[in-house]
Amino acid sequence: MKVDNIKYDLSRFGELSANLMEVCGTHTMAFSRYGMYDMLPKDVRLLSGPGCPVCVTDGGFISTAIGLGREKDVIITTFGDMLRVPSRCGCLELVRAEGADVRVVYSPHQSVDIAQANPKKRVVFLAVGFETTIPTVALSILASRELKNHYFLTALRLIPPALNIIGSRKESRINGFILPGHVSVIIGRMAYEKIAERYKIPSVISGFNANDLMSSLSILLSMIKEKRNEVVNNYERVVTDVGNKRAQEVMEECFDVVDIKWRGLGVIEKSGMGLKADLSHLDARKAFETEITEEDEPEGCACGDVLAGLITPPECSLFSVVCSPDDPIGPCMVSSEGACAAYFKYGRL
Amino acid sequence: MCLAIPAKVIKIEGDIAEVELADVIIKANIQLVEGVEVGSWLLIHAGYAIGVMSEEEAMESLDLISQVLKYNESG
Repeated sequence: MKVDNIKYDLSRFGELSANLMEVCGTHTMAFSRYGMYDMLPKDVRLLSGPGCPVCVTDGGFISTAIGLGREKDVIITTFGDMLRVPSRCGCLELVRAEGADVRVVYSPHQSVDIAQANPKKRVVFLAVGFETTIPTVALSILASRELKNHYFLTALRLIPPALNIIGSRKESRINGFILPGHVSVIIGRMAYEKIAERYKIPSVISGFNANDLMSSLSILLSMIKEKRNEVVNNYERVVTDVGNKRAQEVMEECFDVVDIKWRGLGVIEKSGMGLKADLSHLDARKAFETEITEEDEPEGCACGDVLAGLITPPECSLFSVVCSPDDPIGPCMVSSEGACAAYFKYGRL
Repeated sequence: MCLAIPAKVIKIEGDIAEVELADVIIKANIQLVEGVEVGSWLLIHAGYAIGVMSEEEAMESLDLISQVLKYNESG
């Protein structure tokens, strides 16, 4: 690994002042794990972004899932990160301890298997995620078309519309985007070009190992210095200009683009994916005649500002004082990709 | 949640491949990718392959220095 050499590279930017946003929660965790925040020039800040699907999901979604989990003969299936996210009604882990059947799956297809194995139960998969996950949910939806007991409670979101909002906000003051590698596998490099041009924000698509991250920082700072508002693909191992066409097709087959609320960014037009009309019988909202009602943030919680790149976690008055991974107040302290959890775990207090 | 990990294909049956991921064999759906063969390296997310890569690229992604060195030595 040539991290030291690349560090030397970064010293070329000693005079540069810039706010960089690592859009992806996995990048936040990786930057923290590798201790890279300390390698940056002194006036370059790395801010977290909205790229943690659990973190941007409104508490109302969790409350609705809890309500469904308490119904008779219902099994809730979910990715593990969702279990401890707090809501007005508590968290799914608590409801499971009370006797609700809440099962952690690593793949949406496991939920299909659970539904097939339990024909007398109604199974609801909590479909939360970005473009990386959406095609996998789509295939499990197509595999469920003939099932009478498998439903999807969806909170699926698209990254480019969120970046559009962040770019357009004057208070964001973001000078460069480090773009999510695995979202980009699906949507491709060109999906970001208009955003970089429109808001004059140089951007780099990055992988996740130490060399990927350090070289991405170097490329991004060079672009900022030279005022090149381009989108560079620094993860060519798996990202192409146009993305995974087959994955895009299956997404289009299952979903319509809809408006959806993001914690910290509000309702963003055309930033979500809702089930198409011919698949609406699989929509848990319709099948259970329920709706997701918005919830206020927990008092004092600044997760919204962290996700919008306005502050770093230690700037929240609750951080490490009353909010910790053992006793989280907000979702960013819960998720393994949450900025607050990353800062706490790696001692960036 | 957007984590994806390279894994090597050891068997294919229809839309499902058995892949070796960190010394564990799991099943992965390969409907989202094309040109998969035994020996291919796939990028796996949530039980589905979302991309195909070369062995060299996979090693780079795995970020295992010893494996990278071993690969370089073997030429």
